[in-house]
Amino acid sequence: SYLFIYLFYYITTKATQFFNSGHTNNWAVLVCTSRFWFNYRHVANVLSVYRSVKRLGIPDSHIVLMLADDMACNHRNPKPATVFSHKNMELNVYGDDVEVDYRGYEVTVENFLRVLTGRLPPSTPRSKRLLSDDRSNILIYLTGHGGNGFLKFQDSEEISNVELADAFEQMWQKRRYNELLFIIDTCQGASMYERFYSPNIMALASSQVGEDSLSHQPDLAIGVHLMDRYTFYLLEFLEDIHPASQANMNDLFKVCPKSQCVSTPGHRTDLFLRDPRSVLITDFFGSVRKVEITREAVNLTSAAEQPVEATKEPKSEPLSYVDQLPVAEIIHQKPKQKDWHPPDGFILGLWTLILLVFFKTYGIKHLKHIF
Amino acid sequence: MAAVGVFALAALVLSCKCDSVEKPSDATGAGTGSEAERSGPAAASAGSEAPGGGAGAAVSLPDSCEEELLIRPLHSGDIYASFQFRTLWDTDFLHQGKKVSHYRLFPKSLGQVLSKFSVRELHISFTQGYWRTMQWGQPIVPSPPGAELWVWFHNTVADVDGNWKELTNVLSGIFCASLNFIDSTNTVQPSASFKPLGLGNATDHRFLRYATLPREIVCTENLTPWKKLLPCGSKAGLAVLMKSEKLFHSSFHSQAVHIRPVCKDWQCSSTAWELRQTLNVVFDLYTSGQGKKEWSLFKMFSRTLTEACPLASSSKVYVDVTDNPEGELFDLSPATSVLNTAVVLGDRRTYSVYDLTQKETFGQLRSLNLVLRWKGESGDMLRPLLHAERYVAGFGLQTGEIHTLIYNNHPYRAFPVLLLDSVPWYLRLYIHTLTVTSKTRENKPSYIHYQPSKDRLRPHLLEMLVQLPPHSVTEVTVQFERALLKWTEYTPDPNHGFYVGSSVISALVPSVVAMDTNNTQERPLFSSFFPTKEESSYFVRVYTEPLLVNLPTPDFSMPYNVICLTCTVVAVGYGSFYNLLTRTFQVEEPSQPLAKRLANVIRRIRGVPLL
Repeated sequence: SYLFIYLFYYITTKATQFFNSGHTNNWAVLVCTSRFWFNYRHVANVLSVYRSVKRLGIPDSHIVLMLADDMACNHRNPKPATVFSHKNMELNVYGDDVEVDYRGYEVTVENFLRVLTGRLPPSTPRSKRLLSDDRSNILIYLTGHGGNGFLKFQDSEEISNVELADAFEQMWQKRRYNELLFIIDTCQGASMYERFYSPNIMALASSQVGEDSLSHQPDLAIGVHLMDRYTFYLLEFLEDIHPASQANMNDLFKVCPKSQCVSTPGHRTDLFLRDPRSVLITDFFGSVRKVEITREAVNLTSAAEQPVEATKEPKSEPLSYVDQLPVAEIIHQKPKQKDWHPPDGFILGLWTLILLVFFKTYGIKHLKHIF
Repeated sequence: MAAVGVFALAALVLSCKCDSVEKPSDATGAGTGSEAERSGPAAASAGSEAPGGGAGAAVSLPDSCEEELLIRPLHSGDIYASFQFRTLWDTDFLHQGKKVSHYRLFPKSLGQVLSKFSVRELHISFTQGYWRTMQWGQPIVPSPPGAELWVWFHNTVADVDGNWKELTNVLSGIFCASLNFIDSTNTVQPSASFKPLGLGNATDHRFLRYATLPREIVCTENLTPWKKLLPCGSKAGLAVLMKSEKLFHSSFHSQAVHIRPVCKDWQCSSTAWELRQTLNVVFDLYTSGQGKKEWSLFKMFSRTLTEACPLASSSKVYVDVTDNPEGELFDLSPATSVLNTAVVLGDRRTYSVYDLTQKETFGQLRSLNLVLRWKGESGDMLRPLLHAERYVAGFGLQTGEIHTLIYNNHPYRAFPVLLLDSVPWYLRLYIHTLTVTSKTRENKPSYIHYQPSKDRLRPHLLEMLVQLPPHSVTEVTVQFERALLKWTEYTPDPNHGFYVGSSVISALVPSVVAMDTNNTQERPLFSSFFPTKEESSYFVRVYTEPLLVNLPTPDFSMPYNVICLTCTVVAVGYGSFYNLLTRTFQVEEPSQPLAKRLANVIRRIRGVPLL
């Protein structure tokens, strides 16, 4: 009977673990905020995280990828349509089926905050929206140049840690996330998560306030640094994760210690309700689908018969293509009807002046001849 | 059971992010190769045909698709490959009562766009690089650098501008491009150019919108959704050749989608919708060819062909062998005896045809790798009859001059061309300085349409019909002044410059050979892109280079500098002056040493005066 009790206990813990995280879908918002060729490494950073996230199961429809500049098809790239993460050009993180949602000049602070809070113009297509709900786990990854309390967007504007914290609070109040993992790889990155105050947020940064995040290694053929150290070791760590992996957040906190990264990575878990030891990496980076297997038969209705369309009577005269350059027609084209605008104030004033002067000179008795 | 489970998971993971494309044939075309899948296309076709046909293959389907690849070796040693995929569908998107809901070969995302916005014709192209007409001849499908979108709306649309704005946003999601930057400042309404390429009679230009984004970058993220629109995706047929690492390492890369209504059959009594996806690429001899004049499919695309798309009714590869009648210029292997002639761009050309639907084309190895090996030196290329250049002249950051040169290389025929120029509002054109000269004499255009710009609202639009004298250069010049933008209107990299879109030159060029005006379906796709109405001339569209113009750029660190300087001046200058005026001075006793203080305390006790 002890065996029975032990088995029962084991099964219930396994079952509770299975349903522990409480999320039903996963989203990722990956942003690179730097422009210009020498910031190649920031694009490589984001694309490595994109690659890992896609490999672990999050589909493109649930990833909002923002790249501030195009490195792959940049004319300075000696190998077009590729972005490498390692100097031996082993891993092309750009891949063959990448889908970038916001690119170039569209990556602005305003667009980023609108994506997070969901306040986008009505004609925005679905692929550019973060359609998360209160059961979504969202991974937000930012990289670029930053400072104490701000992150620079495209060399022309910046987002402060207060704005970011307020955006996350808006998301919480609108029930746009279940749990949020925020990773930032910039100089003085820890300052960006200092001001968070919404629940269920876990944050990681590549360096503390006062420290710089350093880049990993340059490639002599491409001519620029390929990746930042923190993301390089993060990618190495994530390459070992597979969709059924049981690695938890404590392993993620140990990525890139000071000996490898030169800067001290930091993390913040006080706003997070669960113990980081029980949070799986795949809760945020993967999209493990819970499949229910059913043995019942499902009755599908037969395809509805297409109603027989009355055959369209053929038109009496055959249709023809339009003449591409009808010279005679163009030369004799009537000028476009200009929209009628009521006369300008200046014209009205001028005419009033003329009439006044006329009547002043010739006397009011001529008025009856006019009217 | 497991296969279905794997299937569902695969379908979920591979779903397109840029608006879902649901094709019933997607499940059948996944290519797992089992018996169930082989009968899939037959089942799908049985479902879409009119009832009463049963499972017979004798009933014609409402939609069909064809694919073809044209390979043309160029005189400079480069090679030009042009893919065309065409889907014809007999349906009515614009029918108000019945909504189209069953899509087979036609992509659902585009079909929904057509019906929602009442689009009559849609032409969108993404191009990287500039087409060098003098070295490469005329392209099969012309396109300007960057992104170009022009749309004809149906004449039932009430608010064309609103539809246009929403259409650009939806397309930016479908193609992963920043087409949402198209707004009223770069949209024009041409009055005579860009007539519809499809069927129709009424052409009220109020329903036409044209916009171009010369700065738009084309990369794998635009190719991926484009490939997903094809019936076979990139899994079978000619589309397996499209690998981005090779396609973008080229001198010219252009992908386009053209949707228009065409004749359903040769009687032309009713219309069908035609979707053409074209991809043109020119591989450079030195960067892709490593300097050796030998081209093969494997060298160009790093892939070979193994099968035709099972959903395509025709799948062919054409190699242009006009310059090689006796085989003295280059060797083509595997050899084929099937030759086809077609009149393309005013010239009769001969093509070797490889039919991919025949098993024999693939030979023993079950793969087709066309190899062209050069033997001799090619002669001079025939000069193209019409070509154009454009450049900015002048110096400084205040004024400049736009020069457009149009070359007519025909020895004795003159022909008219229609020039369309759309210049952004921040280059203020002085139209009174517009001059058109041919052979140093003034050439007065027979039609001018000019719409002046409105600051921050509308660009300049200039359309002119100019008669080009034979064997001449016509120069169109206009002076402009550069405006100073508000500091928030500058892009994050303003020192790069601002782009002015390409000029479009539309012309009916006299043809050397009689053009084929018979619109039968048997013509290869590349010869039927522009409709031909008369035998003696063919329609051609030439795009000039886009211009890169530097605008006067302020120093963006100015606000910071001003604040620092002002605060310093206030603090140091005014502050010290204020202190001098209002400060009062009090004399303070210096603190006494300890001994003296002690002595004073004793003296105070004694009642004696202090030290």
